[in-house]
Amino acid sequence: MSVKYTKDHEWAREDGGVYVVGISAHAAEQLGDVVFVELPEVGKTLSKGDDMAVVESVKAASDVYAPISGEIVAVNQAIADEPAKVNEDAAGAAWFVKIKPSDAGELDALMDEAAYNEFVENE
Amino acid sequence: MSMNTQGRPTRADGAALSDTPTFTGNKALQIEEALSFEIGDVARTGVDLAEPTGGAHRLGGLHRDSDIGLPGLTEPETMRHFVRLSQKNFAIDMGPFPLGSCTMKHNPRLNEKVARLPGFGDLHPLAPQSAVQGALELIDRLAFWLKELTGMPAVAMSPKAGAHGELCGMMAIKSALDARGEGSKRTRVLAPESAHGTNPATAVQCGFTVEPIPADSTGRVDLGALKEKLSDDIAGIMVTNPNTCGLFERDIRAIADAVHEAGGYFYCDGANFNAIAGKVRPGDLGIDAMHINLHKTFSTPHGGGGPGSGPTVLSDALAPFAPVPYVVHENGVFHLVETRRAAKAETSGADSMGRLTAFHGQMGMFVRALAYMMSHGVDGVRQAAEDAVLNANYVLARLKTEMTPAFDGFCMHEALFDDRFLEGTGVETIDFAKAMIDEGYHPMTMYFPLVVHGAMLIEPTESESKRELDLFCNALLSLAKRAKAGEVEPFKAAPIYAPRRRLDETAAARNPVLKWRPEAQAAE
Repeated sequence: MSVKYTKDHEWAREDGGVYVVGISAHAAEQLGDVVFVELPEVGKTLSKGDDMAVVESVKAASDVYAPISGEIVAVNQAIADEPAKVNEDAAGAAWFVKIKPSDAGELDALMDEAAYNEFVENE
Repeated sequence: MSMNTQGRPTRADGAALSDTPTFTGNKALQIEEALSFEIGDVARTGVDLAEPTGGAHRLGGLHRDSDIGLPGLTEPETMRHFVRLSQKNFAIDMGPFPLGSCTMKHNPRLNEKVARLPGFGDLHPLAPQSAVQGALELIDRLAFWLKELTGMPAVAMSPKAGAHGELCGMMAIKSALDARGEGSKRTRVLAPESAHGTNPATAVQCGFTVEPIPADSTGRVDLGALKEKLSDDIAGIMVTNPNTCGLFERDIRAIADAVHEAGGYFYCDGANFNAIAGKVRPGDLGIDAMHINLHKTFSTPHGGGGPGSGPTVLSDALAPFAPVPYVVHENGVFHLVETRRAAKAETSGADSMGRLTAFHGQMGMFVRALAYMMSHGVDGVRQAAEDAVLNANYVLARLKTEMTPAFDGFCMHEALFDDRFLEGTGVETIDFAKAMIDEGYHPMTMYFPLVVHGAMLIEPTESESKRELDLFCNALLSLAKRAKAGEVEPFKAAPIYAPRRRLDETAAARNPVLKWRPEAQAAE
């Protein structure tokens, strides 16, 4: 399944009808050592672009935005317990939330991996 | 001759030893200072009070029979403990302190002398007003000069620091919107991404939502983009001028006009007023509220050295909502307006926001700030601003031969660099900053503002002589050259000569130890 990226460095990938969402490895590297992650509550409904989570590094706190609209159906408590995981495996085990989309078509507007890599290159 | 047999060589003889551990852990006069309750014990004391005699207990048998168990220290131990701690603190009295955005200028000793006069130093905030007329006059006189320098009609003196002043200003805006019946409709506040973090935090605290104002390529507010974000749900904007990139917002009049036209208010973060005091009056720029950091612009000790003070000037539109208490001068007598009811009568019906703090503000800082103003005079205040800008531009001009300024052109009171000059060297901003400690300097502000990559924000202030500035610049130029020449190790290991080496900020944030425990327990 292909991964889609936003310009704000979130990624989303389909997994059995819901979308797993996280931040890109590039974003994790730029943030520096992540020391705190605040996740939303399960059941919360978000619109695309809403504040979804907060990551705090030694340098600064950053908001993570919802890449698609929908309902939060799961959160990854492991990264809240151990924020270092975000630096270790942002693209995989350190996913943030799972979203049940209200309009999966929104994904089409996001970048694929090649486009995202090019975007990061030119940023 | 009478032979002196005590002669001996005075030069050190033998191999140079380094890093030999000492029994005490001390390194000569660098003392490993334990906590006061680790040094002290219950058997010692620094005071000698007679045991109370006579008088029966009045606690109905609930009084304590045993000692309370507080460790005591002798008087010399107490003195040494606090003097040693004070010596571990880097201070502007020890060397240049180029921490950008913090304005660590020299605190003239005259200020301290005046603040210690018994009539000011020994005041009690609940003393009868008739007994403290001089102190109230001082507050009123300082308020007058703050209004004069800013061209604003009113000032709230009680805010106790910059962020508290922001809270005062934003609460005044909220009160004014409520009075217009638009409090629930106007909920958006705009602030640039380069803003001090306290700006959005204050706006949220007051119930507003915050949106960023985009910057243009010169590091200033993008006026066109700002205008697009203005609509009838705008409560106001928060803009710092000069901004945190050390640049003057040239479009500030147009920004103010656009915000007012949209029905919003203009909060100006006055943290950088020290760059324009005596040169520009914020009131002439269309500002509705601005805090003045007395501790920065008017040289009262801050950071580790003392509390802040953030009087907030208010426009005609916001003045009626100013907090109580405030000083009024009538018929030759100074008195305090202390209640909302009294304020309502004064302002013909407007609702003051009420009390922001228990009393009238930071009296000690007021005395120091007025002493600074009166000893400098208007021309001196203006020259301080000019020299601060001149010094920053001198540093910018000298350092740009090896370092990379974040923006082209002149700066105001602080010089901002990014980390492009370190690209490919393996040295990062934090390593560069830590290496400055080895050279004997407090590091500049780093990684702020967030809009500049690997930011290094240097504010030399007007206090430094050309000699000091040249020493500082030479040290930084040498570091930059060494980094570019591939000397990575000394940077990664820095600080090498400080009492503590590089601290693990990540571990401290991830596993904060907030509670002291005896060594045996802590080891578990």
